[in-house]
Amino acid sequence: MSFKDKLLSSYIALEDYLEFDSPLHDVRNNAIKIFEEKGFPTKKEEAWKYTSLNSLLKPDYSVYSNKERNVELKNVRKYFLHEIDTYKLVFVDGVYNSFLSETTHDSLDVCLMSAALNKSKYKPIIETYFNKAAKSDSLTSLNTAFTKEGAYIHIPAHKEVEKPIEIINFSTGNEAAMFLQPRNLIVVGENAHVQIIERHQSLSSNEVLTNSVTEIFAEKRAYVDYYKIQNDEPTASLIDSTFISQQRDTVCRVHTFTFGGNLVRNNLNFYQNGEHCDSTLKGITIIERKQHVDHNTLVHHIAPNCESHQDYKGLFAESSTGVFNGKIVVEKDAQKTDAFQQNNNILIDDKATINAKPQLEIFADDVKCSHGCTIGQFDEDALFYLRSRGIGLKEAKALLMYAFANTVLESVKIPELKVRINKLIANKIGVSLGFQL
Amino acid sequence: MTKYTEDDLKKELETKEYEYGFYTDIESDTFPVGLNEDIVRAISMKKEEPEWMTEWRLEAFRYWQTMVEPDWANVHYTKPNFQNISYYSAPNKKPKYDSIDDVDPELLDTFKRLGISLDEQKKLAGVAVDIVMDSVSVATTFKKTLGEKGIIFCSISEAIKEHPELVKKYLGTVVPQRDNFYAALNSAVFSDGSFCYIPKGVRCPMELSTYFRINQAGTGQFERTLVIADESSYVSYLEGCTAPSRDENQLHAAVVELIALDGAEIKYSTVQNWFPGNKEGKGGVYNFVTKRGICEKNAKISWTQVETGSAVTWKYPSCILKGDNSIGEFYSIAVTNNFQQADTGTKMIHIGKNTKSTIISKGISAGKSQNSYRGLVKILPNADNARNFSQCDSLLMGNSCGAHTFPYIEVKNKTAQIEHEATTSKIGEDQIFYCNQRGIDTEKAIALIVNGFSKEVLNKLPMEFAVEAQKLLEISLEGSVG
Repeated sequence: MSFKDKLLSSYIALEDYLEFDSPLHDVRNNAIKIFEEKGFPTKKEEAWKYTSLNSLLKPDYSVYSNKERNVELKNVRKYFLHEIDTYKLVFVDGVYNSFLSETTHDSLDVCLMSAALNKSKYKPIIETYFNKAAKSDSLTSLNTAFTKEGAYIHIPAHKEVEKPIEIINFSTGNEAAMFLQPRNLIVVGENAHVQIIERHQSLSSNEVLTNSVTEIFAEKRAYVDYYKIQNDEPTASLIDSTFISQQRDTVCRVHTFTFGGNLVRNNLNFYQNGEHCDSTLKGITIIERKQHVDHNTLVHHIAPNCESHQDYKGLFAESSTGVFNGKIVVEKDAQKTDAFQQNNNILIDDKATINAKPQLEIFADDVKCSHGCTIGQFDEDALFYLRSRGIGLKEAKALLMYAFANTVLESVKIPELKVRINKLIANKIGVSLGFQL
Repeated sequence: MTKYTEDDLKKELETKEYEYGFYTDIESDTFPVGLNEDIVRAISMKKEEPEWMTEWRLEAFRYWQTMVEPDWANVHYTKPNFQNISYYSAPNKKPKYDSIDDVDPELLDTFKRLGISLDEQKKLAGVAVDIVMDSVSVATTFKKTLGEKGIIFCSISEAIKEHPELVKKYLGTVVPQRDNFYAALNSAVFSDGSFCYIPKGVRCPMELSTYFRINQAGTGQFERTLVIADESSYVSYLEGCTAPSRDENQLHAAVVELIALDGAEIKYSTVQNWFPGNKEGKGGVYNFVTKRGICEKNAKISWTQVETGSAVTWKYPSCILKGDNSIGEFYSIAVTNNFQQADTGTKMIHIGKNTKSTIISKGISAGKSQNSYRGLVKILPNADNARNFSQCDSLLMGNSCGAHTFPYIEVKNKTAQIEHEATTSKIGEDQIFYCNQRGIDTEKAIALIVNGFSKEVLNKLPMEFAVEAQKLLEISLEGSVG
């Protein structure tokens, strides 16, 4: 039985436990139909030209985890941003873990998708927002059909959340191969301000495939700062789809740090529905071995007078493959758009590959749109300069790598997180320079 | 003088009719519509082709039948009905002329109206013109001068008969019969085209030039061009097109193959100004062209194109940089107006070491047109020290048109250095203001800016062609080019 068939039959089994009368049921039914029709994306689809899921679909994944697992805090403490106080939403094998989490309902909701789906007081919000920003591509639809658990965050208007929120998905490896589908819904009210850190972490070397979907709604003048840390085990793969719907005067920033995992695919979609939106998409990718990282971004400029900034840096070692597929669409009405996209890549070893496809689709005339894409090596002159001043080759290269990645790092607003990422980079390139950016 | 604004320009662009639309009435020997093996055989027989050529065509035709028309390009059109096209049409008069005096006077008149007077060009420009009017080559000039240098410049059907060894060796080596849907169709039914061979170490003393025309109603035209530059030779080849106004959509699916052997250099320039359809978007030529060149060691291929015509353009002149130290260049201006759609760009495939490529693409969209750049830069694992620079700039006039960029960059070698940049803008008010301030009126200012925008590409055109290119830009963007 193929994985697709297995999922389809699991859906039938799942249906028995579901809310039959709610409109959500129709949403699920439609979604599973779309998935049934389209199946898993193949390389024949333009958006998946450079990324094949074939090898990921072979293992016999468990779709549900039945038993609740316990995870010792001391074993996983390092994965939290433990230096500072945060709200935490922790899921173990797709199941909420109350022991490790720290939620709240006090003036803001940091709680569970399952609760939001089932409790009537959340009904208006679910009906207004759930699945409203998500595209109906096959993988997102698959996630929608199986929506069960994930983070539900609702920040009411004029609320500045005093500490960051962490969303962490652990997989324990108690199943031989695990398929996880977290679904997050984040609604940020007018003038509200929030910082969120998301992480997926496998705790064993068993295979894990995560198909995660996050919807973020930023109401007028809201500020959303989102960080994705992807530093998973080599046996864990992640397909992450994030949809951000911005209303007027909002600022949304997403930073993606990809250092680990087997195959990582990030679908990051921004929709600017109101005037004067500001979107920032930044990423650092440092990978090696046979890792494959695919960044697929879309910035859809629908309203006039908006800005978007993209800056993706990639360092590719050994036989790793990097893909950058960045698309900017400027609609006819989106006059005075200022859209900028930059993608810089360095290939470190002979067998590394980079495929880049920066795309512009522009229908408005009074706009400033540009993209730049470079692929190159370390600057020989710069290396020579450093070495002639007594800096070893390894350190000199590391210095240049830091400098290369710095434009992304410098806009990280949580100091402790910045330190953490610095450490990850130092670790990744095997040199500690004794300073932080 | 009244103030000339960008709006006026826009209005003018929209109302601008196709200037070169006319139709020459020459009795044509036209095949019945439809396509099957018999038609393919008949074309081959009509051209008095040898057995191997007929087989080659049939092989392409059989494969074509299994293929599906591609639809990945960013263009929308009603697909042509391939059974509703006549695949052969030749001017009915004596097929060959010894001198220009034998040419049908009506034909000559046509060329005069196009602004290419044969005898004048013979004397003045030093351009040898091989004129293709509805598929059969009717005049070849300067053949003697070229012959002395050992240069072969003739129609492809003549080459098949007289130089079969060269044709057999190179035809289909760069664009195989099975390459794509339209290349396969062309391989099966191509009626004529140009053939050019430059021997070792020879520098072709003049610009070679061919004018293609589509003339007969309802006939698609399928040219096949093969240019071979032997070791250390040089040739500059020009191709220019205008077509009469027709209501019906006409299909044009040409194949151009360039072969640059060790140390050779080919410069291939195109000016394309086919009927783009009227301002409601009705009619116009479908231009689906496969152009590709292969560079051996130290060779260089340079494509320059000015695309102003056709309702739908779908064209990617490409370079396969096979030999070490080879160079590929692509310079393009694509202008779309009214309902025109263009999806054009290039492919640079770096295979050899120290290979270099440059891509400069300028897109200008006006009216309700859609203009796309689609390009591929591919660095294979053995292509050490490959270098590419790409620049795609778009200029938008009015907000009913669109500009799109789809660059693909695939790199499998760590020593590669790739730079790609793209910008989209309109003519800035401050730019016009700057000119106005210095006493340049708005019309001239727009002309200056558009000219400056396309300068990098216009500069690459050979002298003889630059004049015509200017003329075509004038037609498409009249009032803006001074």
